[in-house]
Amino acid sequence: MASSYKDEDGHISVKKPENTAFKQQRLPAWQPVLTAGTVLPAFFIIGLIFIPIGIGLYVTSNNIKEFEIDYTGLDPSSPCFNCSQNFSWNSTKPCTCSIPFYLEQPYESNVFMYYGLSNFYQNHRRYVKSRDDSQLNGNEESLRKPSKECEPYARHDNRPIAPCGAIANSMFNDTLELFYSDPNGTKTQIPLTATGIAWWTDKHVKFRNPGGNNDNLTAAFQGTTKPINWRRPAYELDSDPENNGFINEDFIVWMRTAALPTFRKLYRIIQRRNTMVPTLPRGNYTLEVVYNYPVRSFDGRKRMIFSTISWMGGKNPFLGIAYITVGSVCFLLGVILLFIHHKYDNRNNNPDISSN
Amino acid sequence: MLRRSLNRLLGGDERRVDNRTIYIGHQSFPVNEAFIPPKFCDNRIVSSKYTVWNFLPKNLFEQFRRIANFYFLIIFLVQVIVDTPTSPVTSGLPLFFVITVTAIKQGYEDWLRHKADREVNKSTVKVLENGEETSKESEKIKVGDIVEVTENDTFPCDLILLQSSRDDGTCFVTTASLDGESNHKTHYTVPDIERDLQSLSATIECEQPQPDLYKFNGRMHIYKNDQEPTVRSLGPENLLLKGATLKNTQKICGVAVYTGMETKMALNYQGKSQKRSVVEKSINAFLLVYLCILVSKALVCTTLKYVWQNKPGQDEPWYNEKTQKEKDTNLYLKMFTDFLSFMVLFNFIIPVSMYVTVEMQKFLGSFFITWDKDFFDPEIQEGALVNTSDLNEELGQVEYIFTDKTGTLTQNNMEFIECCIDGFQYKHRGACSELDGFCVTDGPVNKLQQKAGREREELFLRALCLCHTVQVKESTEQARSQGEDCIDQVDGLPVEDEALQPPQEERGFIASSPDEIALVKGAMRYGFTFLGLESKTMKILNRNKDVEMYELLHVLNFDPVRRRMSVIVRSRSGDTLLFCKGADSSIFPRVRQEEVERIRMHVERNATDGYRTLCVAYKHLSEEEYAQADEGLREARLALQDREEKLMAVYNQVETGMNLLGATAVEDRLQEEAAETMEALQGAGMKVWVLTGDKMETAKSTCYACGLFQKRTELLELTVRTLEDGGRKREDRLHELLSEYHKKAVQDAPPVKAGGSRGRFFGKQDYGFIIDGPSLSIVLSSSSESNSNLYKNLFLQICQNCTAVLCCRMAPLQKAQIVKMVKNCKGSPITLSIGDGANDVSMILEAHVGIGIKGKEGRQAVRNSDYAIPKLKHLKKLLLAHGHLYYVRIAHLVQYFFYKNLCFILPQFLYQFFCGYSQQPLYDAAYLTMYNICFTSMPILAYSLFEQHICIEFLLKNANLYSEVAKNAMLRWELFLYWTLLGVFHGLVFFFGVRFLFGNPALQDNGQVFGNWSYGTIVFTVLVFTVTLKLALDTRHWTWINHFVIWGSLAFYVFFSFFWGGIIWPFQKHQRLYFVFANMLSSVSAWLVIILLILLSLLPEILLVVLRKPRGPYARKLSEDDLLQSSRLQPSHHCPIST
Repeated sequence: MASSYKDEDGHISVKKPENTAFKQQRLPAWQPVLTAGTVLPAFFIIGLIFIPIGIGLYVTSNNIKEFEIDYTGLDPSSPCFNCSQNFSWNSTKPCTCSIPFYLEQPYESNVFMYYGLSNFYQNHRRYVKSRDDSQLNGNEESLRKPSKECEPYARHDNRPIAPCGAIANSMFNDTLELFYSDPNGTKTQIPLTATGIAWWTDKHVKFRNPGGNNDNLTAAFQGTTKPINWRRPAYELDSDPENNGFINEDFIVWMRTAALPTFRKLYRIIQRRNTMVPTLPRGNYTLEVVYNYPVRSFDGRKRMIFSTISWMGGKNPFLGIAYITVGSVCFLLGVILLFIHHKYDNRNNNPDISSN
Repeated sequence: MLRRSLNRLLGGDERRVDNRTIYIGHQSFPVNEAFIPPKFCDNRIVSSKYTVWNFLPKNLFEQFRRIANFYFLIIFLVQVIVDTPTSPVTSGLPLFFVITVTAIKQGYEDWLRHKADREVNKSTVKVLENGEETSKESEKIKVGDIVEVTENDTFPCDLILLQSSRDDGTCFVTTASLDGESNHKTHYTVPDIERDLQSLSATIECEQPQPDLYKFNGRMHIYKNDQEPTVRSLGPENLLLKGATLKNTQKICGVAVYTGMETKMALNYQGKSQKRSVVEKSINAFLLVYLCILVSKALVCTTLKYVWQNKPGQDEPWYNEKTQKEKDTNLYLKMFTDFLSFMVLFNFIIPVSMYVTVEMQKFLGSFFITWDKDFFDPEIQEGALVNTSDLNEELGQVEYIFTDKTGTLTQNNMEFIECCIDGFQYKHRGACSELDGFCVTDGPVNKLQQKAGREREELFLRALCLCHTVQVKESTEQARSQGEDCIDQVDGLPVEDEALQPPQEERGFIASSPDEIALVKGAMRYGFTFLGLESKTMKILNRNKDVEMYELLHVLNFDPVRRRMSVIVRSRSGDTLLFCKGADSSIFPRVRQEEVERIRMHVERNATDGYRTLCVAYKHLSEEEYAQADEGLREARLALQDREEKLMAVYNQVETGMNLLGATAVEDRLQEEAAETMEALQGAGMKVWVLTGDKMETAKSTCYACGLFQKRTELLELTVRTLEDGGRKREDRLHELLSEYHKKAVQDAPPVKAGGSRGRFFGKQDYGFIIDGPSLSIVLSSSSESNSNLYKNLFLQICQNCTAVLCCRMAPLQKAQIVKMVKNCKGSPITLSIGDGANDVSMILEAHVGIGIKGKEGRQAVRNSDYAIPKLKHLKKLLLAHGHLYYVRIAHLVQYFFYKNLCFILPQFLYQFFCGYSQQPLYDAAYLTMYNICFTSMPILAYSLFEQHICIEFLLKNANLYSEVAKNAMLRWELFLYWTLLGVFHGLVFFFGVRFLFGNPALQDNGQVFGNWSYGTIVFTVLVFTVTLKLALDTRHWTWINHFVIWGSLAFYVFFSFFWGGIIWPFQKHQRLYFVFANMLSSVSAWLVIILLILLSLLPEILLVVLRKPRGPYARKLSEDDLLQSSRLQPSHHCPIST
């Protein structure tokens, strides 16, 4: 039994082991030795690179202008107090409120308008998974038969919900409009661009309307019902057919679930039209809110944020500070190490020399 | 028959007592009125574990018996049953991978076994049936079949030799594949068997199969024409074992007695007992800690979840309602499933892949031992052998070495040095003895003083010539082997090298022990040549060139208990003589006392010189005495039960009242580099104990010769001699001596710190301890229990403070006892036993690591060892280089694995605080699954195979480096804590670094925002890079493989992420990661934060390396590098390739 097996082994061991670098564990190898000598310059270099980057980041972040309005309306003095108090899903008449504000600085470049929610757990597991990506990708079968993950937002009145799931159902539906009050008293509405706010790949690949290029979205959504909390069905989200149905960018932005319970999402872009005039000149503005979205029940907050954008994105002093800190620490460590190394080397070399 | 089979099924005891009766040639006899053909198993060998049908269930069952696999299976089942955050795939896939790989490996091995089995089972064998020769498949042989085997064939089953083509009814057999002994053994036919086997009617009664290769008891009843059956005893010399090969004999016929799985070979085939290494124990301890972390994490999260949900509006806000089913679930059940879900979410902290990686590291790593050309010995044409790869790292942890003397410290290459006849010394002069006994000249006997009487002299030489079991190789064979095929015969090994051919003279003799050949050759120098044994007649060529003939009547075999052997011969003149040779201690009590003193002096002097001594005695047997002895021997040999004991009694009875003739001294030279090896091992902080069955003086001189004892070593002796000094009771004296030595060596000496070698250089008194077998047995089995424990403790404490300990006169079992005692003492040190003979097997099996030397005493030690090396000198590299490296590698592997999984899972844990404790995973399922399988597994595997933090050459030169990793130094709890804290630190940095970045999720320059999957992907990217670069920082030996694997893993991660996010996967329910990675890379902020966090995580590590350096082993490495660089032109960092 084992004999032939063993013989094989025996046969192998009879052969003289090959004298290859691999088998003799003698592969040529680079043997880096981390010494104070090699690490010290690295510390200095890191310090020297990081501190300027940090300063650059910090300055950039500081140059980004940001303006934030909390329009939740918790405070009785707030214009939206009534709307927030009298909220009802069934009310047919939308509640509107307008918040006046004053911009002290003109916004020169494109201005990005975000809405922010607080204490809204878009990253709750039950919530995150409550969607059907294949339905959103235009799959006819999933349109009629939403995935089980969408429960309890999969069917309503025995008809499949399109788009199904908790995420879609709770889509942010406040309408924000911005008016500029001229010093002479006239109110002009500032045009807001609703496209370019979602990832290109999401809009063009991941999200697709059912029925392919069928112009008649209403027909494509035949047999489905709108999400319970929506006021309009999906095919009436926008008049522009390129921004309607599942490929509505507001919808797509909402469907990208936020990482943290306090988050902001891109709402509109205010394009700069004229190089001569600032996008948003200094002055008085009014934010007109159609208050549809209740947040009081879960202690949430709603904000509207204007922000300019730099190469590093929105305003975030963290990166700059972190870079400056790490750079300085590295530099400092370099100095300390240099000191220690110098001192230690002197002490260490003596016995070495004597032993040699 | 039913009862019989029932009996066989029931208790093994009954079976053992039971004999089996075999009808040769399946003939039935009228004698047995109720002839029931007994049922024996067929000759099919089944070494395979599985069949095609039961492979899957059986293999799966066996795999899930492992705790770890079972744990993962449970996790997987929880995922399937409970609604858990991660899909069952995440843990199912790795588990499936592990199980599949293991199953494939085991399946392949089993297929090989099947193949080997089939080869054996289907080979054709000639069987005599009804007077005709028929060919049968081997598996169809039944017990009782008469099988014919021709030269160089292996026996298909265990056979009783009936007939040989040789005239003298013998055949030669080599059992190389059974026990590795390649010498030819003679087996005998059963006497009085007719030539015509067909007409033979006989039965064999023999014991039930038992695994001992060297034991067989049986009886053959031969029926001849209604006469009373003649009874012949059968012993191991009649039994041809399956697996052995027929040599030197044209063909034999034998009757099958044991077949198939009942052959001795099959019974001997069994897996060795599992030895577990300290590293494995550490792994289990660490696992327990991580399990606690896991459970507490899950508990914390579950508790917090319910606290959090108590606040109104949190549990079920309007935007995130529960399904009806969820609402209906019982609260406590929900809590429980939540707990399970958290367990599942965090279960990656205990990695499945660690087991695979550790196994692979051990399996692949062990190849470096077999491949090492330094372990190749040109003499035996073999390198090292690894029998188990589970203990590689244990080689780096050895604290105690127990070594055998003969064949291990010494070469077991015997050379006759001198003899002493009647107290006169005869020394063979001439430098020729240096030349491997090549001296053929019939050198004149050097008369140092006077000559003993000529008669005594010749009697002594005759005794040397007769009292042995040496065989002379046949001249025809010799001619043939010199002629056409000169590869066979010598040792059963192909000998290609001319220089390896043993000298002419040596070829002439075959014996199982080299002592015997040395003695026969010694006698030859003095003019008496042994010509050979032919049909019970021994021929001797005496000084006058006359041939003397002796009839060999009995051989009283050598055994280690009696420590002597005898022959009874009858000379031409009709005198019956008994010649006996053996150890002095076993001979002196059995000879007339007046002769002893003269010889004892010589023996002791020879022993002090380090020679092996044997005493020779003889005895005239009168007719009556012989008749009595003959009767006793025959009777004892025929006994079926207790044959050994009975024989022993007869032997002891016969071997009394002898006349002492003289003594011989045979030199056993030290192994090559024995002293250097011992010095290196002691320098490495290991304690070397010599355990030998040899005399104290011989052993002591060997110890001095190989430097274990130095001139200034103070020897503490605890032997029968010192015990009997005072003339008092041994035990009192023992107590006294032990306390005295204890005071000397333990209490007065300063405590020895780790690395005992230091004492040597600082002028501390060295102590050597000597104990012999009888004294040890008093120590171990004292009359009272408490005393025994006290003695044991004293003894151990003394020994621990001695640089070397010598235990002589040890029985094999005592050797094991000592190993066991040290193994179980405080601190449970790692022990290593090294030996070459069958008498070392017990200690090899007992020690943590057993090393066999491929010596001359057969292969039993090698078979039972964990590692086998050709020479003692190889032990140095095996321990100092291989052992050290393996330990460092695997220790780092283990720590690293725990670390990398901690910092993998910690962010996921922290994320729970931000997602309402909803078990939302931070990473995508693909990342969860692949992290341990693909992204981070290969670099650590490569590291654990190729790392040489210190060059092999340097390790060998500086033995004290070994003690730096002693006592599991790299897996201590402090270090484990360090790694754990590092993991926690990294986890915190990863998570909160990205958390602060996501304070404003608008991270792209077009104002678009990132979601939760981007968050996870950024954390994961930082994680993969940091963890891999951390390993890169630890790697001291960058071969191209390390480069390839480390950079390749990172590249693969990037590539995979692109690929995974680049396609709408048709079978995925979610397209979570669609273009997440690409979008992440398009954000400058993401890049910046990734770089920052990686650097920040590694910063303390770099700092530590720099600060720790001067005290760590790297400092030496550095100075070595400096040395090398100064001696080389190019200041390159390459490892010096030795010339």
